[in-house]
Amino acid sequence: MVKTTKGTSTGGSAVVTLPSDTEILIRREFDAPRQLIFKAWTTPELVRRWWHANRGTCTTTDIDLRVGGKWRWVMVTDDGFEVAFHGAYREIVPDERLVYTEVYEGAPPAEDGEEAALNTVTLTERDGRTTVTTLVQTRTKAVRDMIINSGMEAGMQDAYDLMEQVAISLA
Amino acid sequence: MFDSMLARGEKPVNDLVGLLGMAQPQVSKHLRVLREVGLVEVRDQGRQRLYRLNGEPLKPIHDWVKSYERTWNDRFDALDELLDELKGEEEGHGEDD
Repeated sequence: MVKTTKGTSTGGSAVVTLPSDTEILIRREFDAPRQLIFKAWTTPELVRRWWHANRGTCTTTDIDLRVGGKWRWVMVTDDGFEVAFHGAYREIVPDERLVYTEVYEGAPPAEDGEEAALNTVTLTERDGRTTVTTLVQTRTKAVRDMIINSGMEAGMQDAYDLMEQVAISLA
Repeated sequence: MFDSMLARGEKPVNDLVGLLGMAQPQVSKHLRVLREVGLVEVRDQGRQRLYRLNGEPLKPIHDWVKSYERTWNDRFDALDELLDELKGEEEGHGEDD
């Protein structure tokens, strides 16, 4: 039996911050070399095995990994809700950096057709461990909020409107 | 403004003026806005009006991002399992490129 070398567990340690009104930053450290993470992020059979977030099943994980190539990932949650994203690759630096556009298909399309977010995934390895940061940049706050709402019931909009109202009043 | 009030509990307006280093009309204007949307509560004690922060309406914003974060945590925990398996495969095959 081959014993897997296992370091400190990093389970449940993803941190999401909102650097600005149009950005989301997701950061997480993994106990694995970065080439494996890049492989898991860019190989359809492998994406299928983690992107579902244990909330359902990935039904589509199409990847055309070349600059300008398209991708489309779809999952169906256990209660039957379909969540679909698609986009195109803009920059590919193997094991290091991946830049791609992302459209949440649950969002109403923007009039100018530029509803896509720009995602930059950066892999930084140190002593066999890899920090993955994903910066999601949108053109409007509404699109950013839509992405955050993508995996859940959007029941908090009232509170957000409230916050906005306060910010405007105090400006 | 939130932080000053959060850290110090109930305060009369004069104390807030001192804490914030703002003119009283300005502080009063802010308090009025915050009261209108329910983020600040006020109560009379003798001749003083005491202001207190009510953070409850903001909780859903925090929960909102937390829910998105949970999705990514679950996603990455699933990725952890996959990565362990991939590491095992590499060792098993003795690949060394």
